[in-house]
Amino acid sequence: MLVITCPVCGVEGEEGDFHYGGQAHIRRPATTDPEAITDAEQRDYLFMRLNPKGLHFERWRCDRGCGTWFHAARDTMSLEFKAYYGITELPSADLMKAATGPWAKFFKDKIAAPGAKPARRGKR
Amino acid sequence: MNRYSVLSLARNAVTYHKDWARAWRSPEPKPAYDAVIVGAGGHGLATAYYLAKEHKLTNIAVIEKGWLGGGNTGRNTTIIRSNYLQDASIAIYELARSLYEGLSQALNYNIMFSPRGLLMLCQTEHELRAMKRTSHANRLAGLDCRMISPAEVKGLVPIINDDPGARYPILGAYYQPRGGTARHDAIAWGYARGADAMGVDIIQNCEVTGIRRQGGKVTGIETTRGFIATPKIGVVTAGHTSLIMQMAGIDMPIESVCLQALVSEPIKPVIDVVVMANTVHGYMSQSDKGELVIGGGADPYNNYSQRGSFTALEHTVTALVETFPIISRLRMLRHWGGIVDMTGDRSPIISMTDVEGLYVNCGWGTGGFKSIPGSGFVFADTMANGRPHPIAEPFSLNRFIEGRLIDESVAAAVAH
Repeated sequence: MLVITCPVCGVEGEEGDFHYGGQAHIRRPATTDPEAITDAEQRDYLFMRLNPKGLHFERWRCDRGCGTWFHAARDTMSLEFKAYYGITELPSADLMKAATGPWAKFFKDKIAAPGAKPARRGKR
Repeated sequence: MNRYSVLSLARNAVTYHKDWARAWRSPEPKPAYDAVIVGAGGHGLATAYYLAKEHKLTNIAVIEKGWLGGGNTGRNTTIIRSNYLQDASIAIYELARSLYEGLSQALNYNIMFSPRGLLMLCQTEHELRAMKRTSHANRLAGLDCRMISPAEVKGLVPIINDDPGARYPILGAYYQPRGGTARHDAIAWGYARGADAMGVDIIQNCEVTGIRRQGGKVTGIETTRGFIATPKIGVVTAGHTSLIMQMAGIDMPIESVCLQALVSEPIKPVIDVVVMANTVHGYMSQSDKGELVIGGGADPYNNYSQRGSFTALEHTVTALVETFPIISRLRMLRHWGGIVDMTGDRSPIISMTDVEGLYVNCGWGTGGFKSIPGSGFVFADTMANGRPHPIAEPFSLNRFIEGRLIDESVAAAVAH
């Protein structure tokens, strides 16, 4: 059983009190220029998912608390939450550096980017 | 291979069963093979078996990081059915179900196939209508399935709660009389023994660490027991498919989650069919030992640990206690989890890839066991001929680009 802390309202609960929202940081490509989107890009948006064994970045919703979506960094092998951070934020630079495989590739150009707010640490 | 028979049983009884030959060898990997299958689960071993049997490719190997049949093949609830909604699904699952019927004879290995009948309960008006729709689709495809009334359900399953005032009353069921169960380990062992007898090397404790390519073609596979040269690789690794395919630079549209199952203490026979209650997320059958075999929905979050949450188990057990009040005081003996690979449309991927010589068979999600013979049969054909088998063709990776999904997620996402 996962024990989760909402970074927005601070409530702690088990996973049934939260809703899993899958992989984090997916951007809908068709939002700005739908005509320019290829079928492959649309496929990536809809179906391709990073599926790492280890550190993963994902969305959760605080169902029975404040109802807000937020981000979490969690290990898919130990099931341990590493950090929680806001839905508009990127994880802390440390976590981005700790990411491996496809996540490392995803964060590569974002680590030094301005506006990448540091993540709030979880209690546990 | 020593054939198993009444005579061989009698002969070995004389020597107190101490002289049975090993069912398969434990060979050292050769430096090169005509094809290498990654993953010695049911699907991988079936693929190797049919490659050797149907396509005379016997210089092949199956490599496995753990032990043969130690993954999801030995972790499922052994349900076999083919009453899916979409034509492409019906074709492959029915091929598998029909192969199961003669598999004990074909393999000379008792897989304990038990076509005991399978009921999918209809517990809401919506579900009743959806099942009727599936039943029409199945009848058009020639499947032996039919809708049955609540009275017939009670006749088949006397322990079911038929209270019309229940929160989820029994409004009927969709019945596949030829569905049922089989012994899961025996599927892996039977295929392994059959493939081994034809010369296939099954190499256990051998983990893949890399896929070597040159000019867009597969040239070999790096393993913890050395490099193996091969022009063809079939990846059949279920939950770990994303990781293996990454070694060849291919991203997969799958997510790995944990699916749990549990068995009760053994009791006298109370239920001689398989019952699936999809609305409330639970399914149950009774094994020959008397244990009730119980499964339900998968845990929602990505997970590689083979450990799930009690939340999902509680949900499953709650549903089944409502449906079968008689089980409320049973103690559960064992529970476990397996890592399943879920696709967006809840249908498998049997496909060639952009890398020549690299084939993938994955995405069976929560419903892989029932499809083992069919999956192995069409995947072997695909690998041997370098083009998709007609039944495998709709399940290619391209379907996600072309938008022709085989949507079983509404029809069967829960109890698959």
